[in-house]
Amino acid sequence: MVKIYIPADTTACALGADKVAAEVALQAQKRGLDVELKRNGSRGAFWLEPLLEIESGEDRFAFGPVYPGDVAGLLDAGLHESSEHPLFLGRVTDIEWLSRQDRLTFSRAGVIDPLSLDEYRREGGYEGLDKALAMTAGEIVEAVTDSGLRGRGGAAFPTGIKWRTVLNTPSDQKYVTANADEGDSGTFADRLLMEADPFQLIEGMTICALAVDATQGYIYLRSEYPKALQVLNQAIAIAEAANLLGSDICGSGRDFHLQIRVGAGAYICGEETSMLESLEGKRGLVRFKPPLPAIEGLFGEPTVVNNVLTLAAVSTVLAKGAAYYQDYGSGRSRGTLSVQLSGNIRRGGLVEIPFGASLRELVEDFGGGTASGRPVRAIQVGGPLGAYLPESQWDTPLDYEAFTDVGAMLGHGGVVVFDDNVDMLEQARFAMEFCAVESCGKCTPCRIGSVRGVELIDKIGKNDGRSANLELLEALCETMDVGSLCAMGGLTPMPVRSALKHFPGDFERGTGNGIER
Amino acid sequence: MHSSGEAPAVIVSSAVRKFADTPGGLLPLLHEIQAGLGFIPSDSVVTIASGMGLSRAEVHGVISFYHDFRDKPGGQKTIHVCRAEACQAVGSRQLEAHVKTRLGVDYGETTVDGRFTLEPVYCLGNCACGPSVRIADDVFARVDADRFDELLGDI
Repeated sequence: MVKIYIPADTTACALGADKVAAEVALQAQKRGLDVELKRNGSRGAFWLEPLLEIESGEDRFAFGPVYPGDVAGLLDAGLHESSEHPLFLGRVTDIEWLSRQDRLTFSRAGVIDPLSLDEYRREGGYEGLDKALAMTAGEIVEAVTDSGLRGRGGAAFPTGIKWRTVLNTPSDQKYVTANADEGDSGTFADRLLMEADPFQLIEGMTICALAVDATQGYIYLRSEYPKALQVLNQAIAIAEAANLLGSDICGSGRDFHLQIRVGAGAYICGEETSMLESLEGKRGLVRFKPPLPAIEGLFGEPTVVNNVLTLAAVSTVLAKGAAYYQDYGSGRSRGTLSVQLSGNIRRGGLVEIPFGASLRELVEDFGGGTASGRPVRAIQVGGPLGAYLPESQWDTPLDYEAFTDVGAMLGHGGVVVFDDNVDMLEQARFAMEFCAVESCGKCTPCRIGSVRGVELIDKIGKNDGRSANLELLEALCETMDVGSLCAMGGLTPMPVRSALKHFPGDFERGTGNGIER
Repeated sequence: MHSSGEAPAVIVSSAVRKFADTPGGLLPLLHEIQAGLGFIPSDSVVTIASGMGLSRAEVHGVISFYHDFRDKPGGQKTIHVCRAEACQAVGSRQLEAHVKTRLGVDYGETTVDGRFTLEPVYCLGNCACGPSVRIADDVFARVDADRFDELLGDI
């Protein structure tokens, strides 16, 4: 019997993995081959998806990318570890793109059956919770603080400090919420984790509940992720049945109930206070801070709001110890960063490495340059509110502070690569347009400023009052930056200003100096 | 996309009963109605408001805030084309133009034959293999104009 793994991940399926699986079943039956087909999550090497793996002894060997039309030929050539088929990639763990990574959070992604508790435990799962159950709330918070873990959603706030605040705020009802509204373009790490290793998020949230004395948790999941919803729903039911969620968890006398709430297509609900409003069933209007959600959050009670990857990392911190996690990283950015290589990239996917590598190393060594084969011109890091970096900045180390120093941000780790066909005026215009579409409308700089921004950039593009409008645009960016209520309006100027600063030629259309497109 | 066959009023009132006691239950309630009816009829706002202890303005405000909720019927299937940066980097602007011409509609509109409603989406989390398109609940990768036509032919 041959054991075959084919991912059921969104991207793998978007590339035809379901059809490949059906074809494998069909062709195996035709040939009278005995195969066991398992649907794992993805390892995040999306450039190799659909990735077909076979198990041989302790090892797994891969073929990829495998399209439905390749299956018959693969079976004819024989699925074995010394295959000479052109799609054969060798031992999975020897694929350099994967072996060069330091996978802590994504160590199980693509390896296990996402819904098998046994496999999760076999690969170190629930060791963190076991330890946490033997600790006091204060000790758990201390371990998380000592690890140096900072929020992975973008703001990079120290997780331990946030938890300490919730723990120290007296209340009969506290909440743990996972922000799974991963709306940034170029990011898919949360999605990959939820589809490939959902128990890790559930475990992290449970540990958090123990640390802050919360009994109710919510995962706020964006509606754009239907597969993640399916997997999480099943995982929660399995965890409940195993007494790892619900009342009297593992006989500890502690309760933690977990529910999923699905968003409804609003980017702004990834902002923590907007997310809380949405969880309360309201319009996703951003709240004023203070009060901090840690003190007055969901339904006015003390609430932890953490990104999916932050909560997942807590499982590792508890299982392996704060020092182990702290040992990775650079400067004040500790642990690993999950970079998502996307856009015009030859080898795109999830790269988990310690903080400190340069952007160039990532895009060139891991990414292999552009998919189009043309030169890279700009790299947008940190989502739609992140800066566009020109080549002169590609040696910046991936570290929260180093990025801030060059007027950029790491955000949630999205890295979007553009080749030399990109028109930076169009990208700046899109940043403003996106803000106009997605603004919650509560504050004027964001609601009106973004609309005016689009108009100004259109005028500049037509060489209509160019220099006066460039000045106005800068003034508008300043107003949005300092006057907006949250990061939506406050950071929209970042991509716009970086485009203006580093790619001024693109804003000189019609003047005879610029690039005519 | 009226899938259940039950009368709209029944779907609305049973959803209201189901979520009346759920803290922050308005969003799941609206999702349930939209899943059953394909949209949230304007005349259901009164029922929802009274069942949830909210004002009609509050319910209407929530429906109109979120891109997902529609107050009019859409096509049998919704086609979402990703407009975000990672897809732009691999040609989604051209794809977008092609899709609009091919379907003969702009964003927010439904094709004459009632089969498809076209909507923009800002990221489907498939950013390493764009341009991305979602048709109903299926996501498709590396969609160019030819691939899109092929997908339409397969439906």
